[in-house]
Amino acid sequence: MTSGSLFNITTIFYMASTLAFFGYLAGRNQKVGLSGSALAWIGFAVHTVATGLRWKESYDLGMGHAPLSNLYESVVFFAWSIVLVFGIIDAKYKYRVIGAFVMPFALLAMTWGQLYLPSDINPLMPALQSNWLTYHVLTCFLGYAAFAVACGVSIMYLIKAKSEEKATDAAGGLLSVFPPTKVLDDLNYKAIMVGFPLLTLGIITGAAWANYAWGTYWSWDPKETWSLIVWFVYAAFLHARFTKGWVGRRAAWLSIIGFAATIFCYLGVNLFLSGLHSYGGL
Amino acid sequence: MSEPQRDIPTRIWDALASLRLTMFLLIALALVSIIGTVIPQGALDPQYIAAIGGEQGNRFKLYSLLGFFNMYHSWWFLGLLGLLSANLLACSLKRLPQVWRIAFRPEPLLTAGVERSATCCQTLPLGSTTDPDRLAGLLATKLGRPVINQQDGQTHLFAQRRPWARLAAYLVHFSIILIFIGAIIGNLFGFKGFVAIPEGETVTSFTDRQGNVRPLGFELRCDQFTVSYYPAQGGHNPMPKEFKSILTLTENGREVPGYKHARLIVNEPLTYRGITFYQSSYGTTGSHQLRIGEGPQGQTLQLASDGTAHLPDGSSMHVVEAVQDVSPFLAGKTGPAARIDIHPASGGAPLDLIVFANHPDDNRAEAARLGLPVISYLGGTERFYTGLQVNKDPGVWVVWAGCLLLCVALYVAFFMPHQRVWMRIDNHQLTIAGHTTRGHEQFRQWFNALIADLQPTDTQEDNQ
Repeated sequence: MTSGSLFNITTIFYMASTLAFFGYLAGRNQKVGLSGSALAWIGFAVHTVATGLRWKESYDLGMGHAPLSNLYESVVFFAWSIVLVFGIIDAKYKYRVIGAFVMPFALLAMTWGQLYLPSDINPLMPALQSNWLTYHVLTCFLGYAAFAVACGVSIMYLIKAKSEEKATDAAGGLLSVFPPTKVLDDLNYKAIMVGFPLLTLGIITGAAWANYAWGTYWSWDPKETWSLIVWFVYAAFLHARFTKGWVGRRAAWLSIIGFAATIFCYLGVNLFLSGLHSYGGL
Repeated sequence: MSEPQRDIPTRIWDALASLRLTMFLLIALALVSIIGTVIPQGALDPQYIAAIGGEQGNRFKLYSLLGFFNMYHSWWFLGLLGLLSANLLACSLKRLPQVWRIAFRPEPLLTAGVERSATCCQTLPLGSTTDPDRLAGLLATKLGRPVINQQDGQTHLFAQRRPWARLAAYLVHFSIILIFIGAIIGNLFGFKGFVAIPEGETVTSFTDRQGNVRPLGFELRCDQFTVSYYPAQGGHNPMPKEFKSILTLTENGREVPGYKHARLIVNEPLTYRGITFYQSSYGTTGSHQLRIGEGPQGQTLQLASDGTAHLPDGSSMHVVEAVQDVSPFLAGKTGPAARIDIHPASGGAPLDLIVFANHPDDNRAEAARLGLPVISYLGGTERFYTGLQVNKDPGVWVVWAGCLLLCVALYVAFFMPHQRVWMRIDNHQLTIAGHTTRGHEQFRQWFNALIADLQPTDTQEDNQ
């Protein structure tokens, strides 16, 4: 069994999990919801094994580096991180339905990676030959994953808040399985509370590495600047809690905008702008 | 409630210390930062200038005027960052005294106000388990040494854990200022520059970003520069594996211990006397001798390593790479050889060929195949030069200290709550109130476990 086929199996599990969560959303059958979580966890286990195997394969090829070195590997790790963060929230808070808004992100990432991105294991160019690579990518993507979960939860918040506003309370339908807005708001905040320090660490490890490789810890390269933009947006989110007029819906929008900026920082910069992170491109 | 009309300095101070300003600045910084990722920064490509209408065009003039081509150092961007710093400081100064009081001069009595703001609150009947000494012991093991007060016939106990965590948010703010300070120190007292050293040569100075030549204070020689490649994979150009300079550092002609034939590669810089060298680029210098055509009509030309020559028909030609002994690379061949690129005058696809000094037949065959005059490589003096980034940044450690403080303070601020418990014993009941700054759910569980410890074990009364 190669890591490639295991990643395919992972993708199938995530697809099944996503469908189960959609089914749970529509039918409100607890067993269907549970199977969604179970499928996500099994997929996650396969994903973990596949990642370990790919790492070993790179050693077998005489390169020996963590599978975090190009766009394909990062997108696969992104999906892994999303499922990890979702799994932790699922185990801790038992609001299954969140899966319907988070697993699609993981599924999308895996599908894109498996179908469209070159998955060869390549040796590292000189600039990437550093232990900082692992710390930098690890912290950034765990942070991004927490933001993905926060975004999913924020979308739920907006939907739920809108239905509550109508007050006629037709909430007997789809939305009855949604957690209350207060819980969603809290989960959003908690996810960003985890993501923000990780992003901060990611930016700092990136700066430390840049200083080591190029002698400049900050050069306003588009990738650096966009990571700072993301940091500003989430810093604003964290302060919104204490600011009059910024609680609730506006905070949810900030979280969604923050994730959109995150995705642009991750993909948009490589695909549309030029700069020091060119090895992350296609 | 009739607040006296506030004077202007107070109003400015309040605005400066307001969270609304923080929100405005964070969002404004996020938005304006986008500009410099879309508009090129620094030295502009002539093609870009042409694309936006030329240097005389309105767009170019407007962008220049607004500082868009160097926006992260423009007065308005630095102004926003300065305002953010002022806002951080003002917020901290305004709120710190109150937070300090809560943390280090806490209210030791369970008052009605404390009860109202508590995270959780519970009343129990008095019994064998609610003896003040036992309660004090319980608090000491579970939270912290309690303070005991007697007032109006009531006994108050107060204990807390991690009051200092209250300061974390302010340390986060301070750490950001510290990072700014480090960056300013680096800008004022440091420098960034570049030096290119051909193999075998020695330099004693470098050129900084402003174009000034500055002395190093010692001598730096490049003994050798090499590029090594990974084995080529399926039709792709081989990927570079390592760029390596071997450098020797001397001071007043004397070798410096540990800096003889020192290795410098990407990701492993070399530091001496506060100046750090980074492997940044490389190239070739020197010249090649080529001969175009054969016999008396032939023409010998001298071509600089990075230069371009023209063939009689107007095609341009340059040397891609050259060696003075080709035998290790091509079996059966000896002597100098060069790979050259020819861009035909007609504009067709570039031609790529290898020419030799010792193998005229091969040169003729290539010429016939490509329809070119016979080209021979006679030899050259080409050698590598190494391009080094030269840095001195005395502020970098301040920046790292700020980063470390930022991480630790963020962790404390988000994951280490300040927790307090008050107990009040009056004639007939015990009231317990708990407060936490974060992690309410977990705290409630902890609080309920504490209550369970206090429930009388013989009777299972439900205490409201």
